[in-house]
Amino acid sequence: MDLAVVWFCVIAVLWLGYLFLEGFDFGVGMLLPVLAKDNTERRVMINTIGPVWDGNEVWVIVAIGATFAAFPGWYASLLSAAFLPLLVVLLGLIGRGVAFEYRGKVDTERWRRWWDRVIMTGSWTAALGFGLIIATTVFGLPLDQNGNRVGSVFAAIRPATVLGAVALAGFSLVHGAVFLSLKTDGEIRLRARRLATRFGPFALLPLGALLVWVQVDSGSVWTWVAVAVVVVAAASAFERLEKGREGQAFAALGVVIAASVVGLFGALYPNVLPSTLDPAFSLTVENTASSPYTLTVMSWVALFGTPAVLVYQGWTYWVFRKRVSAAHIPPVHVP
Amino acid sequence: MDVLDLARWQFGITTVYHFLMVPLTIGLSVLVAGMQTAWVRTGDVKYLRMTKFWGKLLLINFAMGVVTGIVQEFQFGMSWSEYSRFVGDVFGAPLAMEGLVAFFVESTFLGLWIFGWDRLPKRVHLACAWAFSLATIASAYFILAANSWMQHPVGVVMDEGRPRLTSIWAVLANNTAVAAVPHTVAGCFAVAGAFLVGIGAWHLWRDRGDQPVWRSSIKLGSWVGVVAFSALAITGDLQSKLMFEQQPMKMAAAEALCHTEKPAGFSVFAIGDVGRPDCESVKSITVPALLSFLAHSDFDTEVRGVEDLVVEYQERYGTNYPVDERLGELSGKPIDYVPVLPVTYWGFRLMIGFGAVSAFIGVVVLWLTRKGRLPRTKWFPRLALAGIATPFIGNSMGWIFTEMGRQPFVVVPNPSGVDGVWMFTARGVSGLTVGEVLTSLIALTLVYAALAAVEVFLIARYVRAGVAGVMPEKPDKPDEPSDTLAFAY
Repeated sequence: MDLAVVWFCVIAVLWLGYLFLEGFDFGVGMLLPVLAKDNTERRVMINTIGPVWDGNEVWVIVAIGATFAAFPGWYASLLSAAFLPLLVVLLGLIGRGVAFEYRGKVDTERWRRWWDRVIMTGSWTAALGFGLIIATTVFGLPLDQNGNRVGSVFAAIRPATVLGAVALAGFSLVHGAVFLSLKTDGEIRLRARRLATRFGPFALLPLGALLVWVQVDSGSVWTWVAVAVVVVAAASAFERLEKGREGQAFAALGVVIAASVVGLFGALYPNVLPSTLDPAFSLTVENTASSPYTLTVMSWVALFGTPAVLVYQGWTYWVFRKRVSAAHIPPVHVP
Repeated sequence: MDVLDLARWQFGITTVYHFLMVPLTIGLSVLVAGMQTAWVRTGDVKYLRMTKFWGKLLLINFAMGVVTGIVQEFQFGMSWSEYSRFVGDVFGAPLAMEGLVAFFVESTFLGLWIFGWDRLPKRVHLACAWAFSLATIASAYFILAANSWMQHPVGVVMDEGRPRLTSIWAVLANNTAVAAVPHTVAGCFAVAGAFLVGIGAWHLWRDRGDQPVWRSSIKLGSWVGVVAFSALAITGDLQSKLMFEQQPMKMAAAEALCHTEKPAGFSVFAIGDVGRPDCESVKSITVPALLSFLAHSDFDTEVRGVEDLVVEYQERYGTNYPVDERLGELSGKPIDYVPVLPVTYWGFRLMIGFGAVSAFIGVVVLWLTRKGRLPRTKWFPRLALAGIATPFIGNSMGWIFTEMGRQPFVVVPNPSGVDGVWMFTARGVSGLTVGEVLTSLIALTLVYAALAAVEVFLIARYVRAGVAGVMPEKPDKPDEPSDTLAFAY
């Protein structure tokens, strides 16, 4: 099999890992002001992702780094053409990362309220922004023959990509709510579950709409199958949740995002970033791939690196598998 | 200002800022892992208290290192897309390896370390600290391998106008990288050492308890600082010898050496403008023949000056930029091969100077506190606290010198390497609008400034509180089983 195609799949898998993992911690951040009634409950929510959010975030760093290594043309064109949306995403990621660490370091209401706002806004902007950027790579940009943007600064912002933004934010909300009902105990668990069952189906609608749009645009038989899987998995997620099987519901949402990534990247292939001006200018797996030697080197690194990552990250989730509840939260101790 | 200037300012600001957090994280994480090891081995609670106190400061700082690091990775594509297209086949590989091999380990095991107190077995928990701290060094290695390739491209052939990787081993074992890694890592330890000395000495002088903790911290920090400085001197010498070979212009600029000299003297200090166009600065203190020795380990050799090198560079790489609209104002203009002399000259001197001052302060503090002594003068804590800043400044100056000294190139031509593997900085920038880059420059600078204030505020607060601020005395209820988390945000 062609190594460039393998690397296209690897990058899809890295995005899948990222959307699955950080999807729920975006959701937790987005729901912070909605689900928690007091500071202890907010701390319960934050501590469900405390030990893992940073590890989750590395998935996108590796996805972007791997794109640089395997498809430099894709990396260069996408990141420069979608400059402003990416800037907003970066500011969001900066804010929420610092906020998790700094929020509890001073014991005043004002201090916490500020960082809560940063967590919430950062989570929203990053989820919306990454949705927009993924949709942009699928729907394309006005690129010239050199892969540079011809259109305006806001070329990446149009109905199809905005739908992508809403789709990822919606998924993150549901995923976060189900994760919270899986990882917490007490009042907040019930609240999270109720929220997910009541509003979850609506929050997933944009994702469905996005997938259908992409398929109509450039889909094939097997990407339609992926969409069907998304629908079935989403339905079963809510069915399991109603039965109180939170773990299974969470896993079903994993299938939802996995099949969505298959649907999106499958429809994109063999392009990696279509040009909306002229299909001849589109960036493809073939014309942006690094040399076979570089891809071989990267394949060896990934072959040994990825299983190791999965093992020790899996272990982290095992170590911190216990549900968190208000009773577990130690009193605030700051200097 | 055009897109090129703005993109350069942004890269400079975000990188220097990022590299304020990184050295402290690298150095301190290893020292904290060492403290925890001492605790696990001896059971002495003093070492546990040290681990907790310095560990907390490490975490406050680490958060900023992570979030500013993300910007670095995206920035190549966002602002330097032409550069990314040119070097992607080579440069992306170490970058991706950094993520896959180092960042995953760092972030995952740091999470385990922070939240794993009392939950993981002692030794497993300690292993997490080591996994985290060693991964920070691995991360430094990969990113320096990538940077060294820009300073000295190896392991490639030119293929359809772009360098194509032929040997990843050549890139990873690039002699430039092999010299840069220990030098940079030693700089990180100098920072961590001075941090321990400064804060420890201040607490010792304040005399509010935990004296053994502060004494041990000072001792550790001073020794680390002194050893780090020796390592910096040795590896710095190695690096400069390589650079005389690989980037003669950078070294000539470091000396503001305009005319070729034989033997060449080393300028310690200059009065007046070293960058004057006629190149006739007043160098007040010069050590005769030392530069020849630094360059070639021989007091009698010739060192080429800026003027001769310009002629050579013009012959090899052209006198004018090509006519190309993507070069903006520079299209067709003459190429200036001389880096900004005042920046390189003073950057080089301040790097060495602040590094030396930092080591000197460590030794002084160690001497003043010998055998349980403690000076009661106000100068003592002031000196120690001021000492914290010195290696930070030295590190920043080193980077500014290294990166500014390679201008106008972003990929510096390798004199003995493959023809054509080089790139002008002006060529590497993305085709963006001034508005876009200006927006991001302003936004990032403001956010960074605000966060710097927050970090300094928090660190100062935790420093003032001492160990008690991070280790509350546990209530005496040993029989009561508790579900409370050992640590929670």
